[in-house]
Amino acid sequence: MIAELGHFALILAFCLTLPQAFFGLAGAALRRPHWMAVTPRAVAGQFVFTALAFGCLAYSFLQNDFSVLYVAENSNSALPTFYRFAAVWGAHEGSLLLWMLVLSTWTLAVAAFGGSMPQAMLSRVLGVLGLISAGFALFILTTSSPFARLWPAAADGRDLNPVLQDPALAIHPPMLYTGYVGFSVPFAFAVAAMLEGKLDSMWARWVRPWTTVAWMFLTVGIALGSWWAYYELGWGGWWFWDPVENASFMPWLMGTALLHSLAVTEKRGLFKSWTLLLAIGSFSLSLLGTFLVRSGVIESVHAFASDPSRGLFILIFLAVCVGGALGLYAWRAPLFKSNAGFAVISRESFLLFNNVLLVTATAAVLLGTLYPMFLDALKLGKISVGAPWFTAFFLIPMLPMMFLLAPGMHAEWKRASFGRTKSLLGMLFAISVVLAIAVPTIAYGWHSVLTIVGFLVAFWVAGSALIEPIERIRKKHSLSASVLGMCVAHFGLAIFIIGATTVQSYKKETDLSLGIGQSTEVAGYTFTMNKLENVTGPNYDAVQSEVAITRDGKPITVLHPQKRTYRVQTSPMTEAGIDAGWGRDLFVAMGEQIGPSTWSLRLQYKPMVRFIWLGAVVVALGGLIAVCDRRYRQRVPVREAAGSDAQAKVA
Amino acid sequence: MTPRRRRMMLVALIVLGVGCAVAFALSAFQNNLTYFYSPSDVAAGKAPTDRAFRVGGMVTKGSFQRPPNSLEAHFVLTDYAHDVKVSYTGVLPDLFREGQGIIARGRLNSEGEFVAEEVLAKHDENYMPPQVADSLKKQYEHEHPSANQTPSSGS
Repeated sequence: MIAELGHFALILAFCLTLPQAFFGLAGAALRRPHWMAVTPRAVAGQFVFTALAFGCLAYSFLQNDFSVLYVAENSNSALPTFYRFAAVWGAHEGSLLLWMLVLSTWTLAVAAFGGSMPQAMLSRVLGVLGLISAGFALFILTTSSPFARLWPAAADGRDLNPVLQDPALAIHPPMLYTGYVGFSVPFAFAVAAMLEGKLDSMWARWVRPWTTVAWMFLTVGIALGSWWAYYELGWGGWWFWDPVENASFMPWLMGTALLHSLAVTEKRGLFKSWTLLLAIGSFSLSLLGTFLVRSGVIESVHAFASDPSRGLFILIFLAVCVGGALGLYAWRAPLFKSNAGFAVISRESFLLFNNVLLVTATAAVLLGTLYPMFLDALKLGKISVGAPWFTAFFLIPMLPMMFLLAPGMHAEWKRASFGRTKSLLGMLFAISVVLAIAVPTIAYGWHSVLTIVGFLVAFWVAGSALIEPIERIRKKHSLSASVLGMCVAHFGLAIFIIGATTVQSYKKETDLSLGIGQSTEVAGYTFTMNKLENVTGPNYDAVQSEVAITRDGKPITVLHPQKRTYRVQTSPMTEAGIDAGWGRDLFVAMGEQIGPSTWSLRLQYKPMVRFIWLGAVVVALGGLIAVCDRRYRQRVPVREAAGSDAQAKVA
Repeated sequence: MTPRRRRMMLVALIVLGVGCAVAFALSAFQNNLTYFYSPSDVAAGKAPTDRAFRVGGMVTKGSFQRPPNSLEAHFVLTDYAHDVKVSYTGVLPDLFREGQGIIARGRLNSEGEFVAEEVLAKHDENYMPPQVADSLKKQYEHEHPSANQTPSSGS
């Protein structure tokens, strides 16, 4: 009964996306205020019914209703309550419903906070979002309904995939989706601006906070995924250039470019068509990511049930969205000429380089991800692109960008003279070079030139991110939230670079066999296996080993890594034992039993690995601070900034 | 220089930079591609001996051997037509077991044994890597040209 109610609610939600799209777009085109007035109401209704559908599915999970096929496939009565709720998005159908819920939440938020926008603009944005919602609702209803019944009902469920039974992974998909789907908002704004034929600084000011919030969630989502892969997959790596990771990273890269391009569009009224392209690109890459992950074209834990009709639907949807938006762009782009100029050395140029380099990096990742699939589809052989290639071709555009980032933050608009900061930056660079050579070499020993370069850019970026806040505080000037947010985000990036450089340069990894009472040494730490024992969890049995770690005879910690066997799915799972610390992580994972009381173990020493995720969190925090800027909250449109006089008129 | 010419210069520089990057990327691509071969390809000598590649198949039942207390493992990969001997030193993935489809990355040594640097298996009992399923299917069709039914691809 509840499942049918959910299915019915989803159908109603779909039905409401149609008036949302129609009255939003047609009302704005025909200038009918009472048509446009319908749109926010349709949005509210759509949200209520989508939330109801989601609630019904969650209820079925919590009630262990194994007559619902999706519940029977992804839950079990022994599954702890928290994971039973998280199991809602544990597989294809439910995660699409989550996607739909997130989209309607974003739409509702746009409708609620869009009061300062002209009605026509708001209606168009909501209309475009309505079209996207309609596509997704149709997708769920026709190919992947989570409400299908199983008759006769299963006695018990097949349980949630054990790798997903983890707190970080329970919140990873909602975060990631909020980011992914959030890029539909700038996309909708871009399409609305093209329909309207008008794009000015106010438009950029409306889009910026939405883009920043979406990007912020995506940042956190990707970081959570990386953290999870680190401790749960039992390999101890933090990034694998796996197609699924790339699928979430590409929209992030392009979204980052969009954030910076929007800054130019808002402040100077430049880069308009470029901003539009990036907005279209970010969302297209989000959709492409969904296609890659959901269609089963890539082999991965994420590619659950792969059904060709689903892949085809998303591919067609992708083609319609991207094709439609790009077609509109080709038709309307000539309207968005900007005639303001800027000098070769100016903030604009730096941001242009930022954009070009970020898009180049995106293109490299895209090439490496899609090329094997194209070859396979064309029957030209089966290949895979190795992680070293990705690393190299990601760093080639990113390293120059990091060097340019520091002066870019301090360059003036139009024509940069750098004024007083010139000598400051020079000094900072000199200090960074000295520190970059001294710090890692003294702390860990010489590794390679790339390590020094990594530390150099980190110190260089971190230092220049501090200049502005320190100067303003010293002079007791106020610091706007935008500027502070930018500085914090760039500082977070520096933290990330330090973490990534240190761990990649100085990590120690060994696989070895260890019996009870035996010990070994890794990176100055002595690992001793004390005992092996059997332990029982709520829905699994495990072999647990006790590994004591000492350094110079002093006890550091005792770890308890496990090898679990989940009772229902009977698949073994490695639960690593990790001693986490800011300076280093010690990582122990159990391999397999290779003797009566001997196991193969994976021991790792990971210096400063926590800085990777700390950096990502600080970057996201920077986004949060920037969104709080007062100018985004001003209800009455203020006079537009200089340069926006270049705005195009309706043809 | 007029601002217009400067801007043109800037654009030209960018185009040049991007062009170089793409050229670089494509040339380095060739060196970093890892090709996939089936045990039959390896048996037929199609696989390279001088560079790393991937081989995929089912782990033959009863072929797994490991000297006691050692990390060295030996097993046989098959596509039910030909076999490849594989050796690997290290921790095998959780789902590695006999009868399971896996992919190994490594090189052939002079004795024709495949020395794996990495072994991949997936978190699903019925999972068969699509590449393995494909090559098994091809093998089956090759031996049963008239058969309409092919083994399930097991995804």
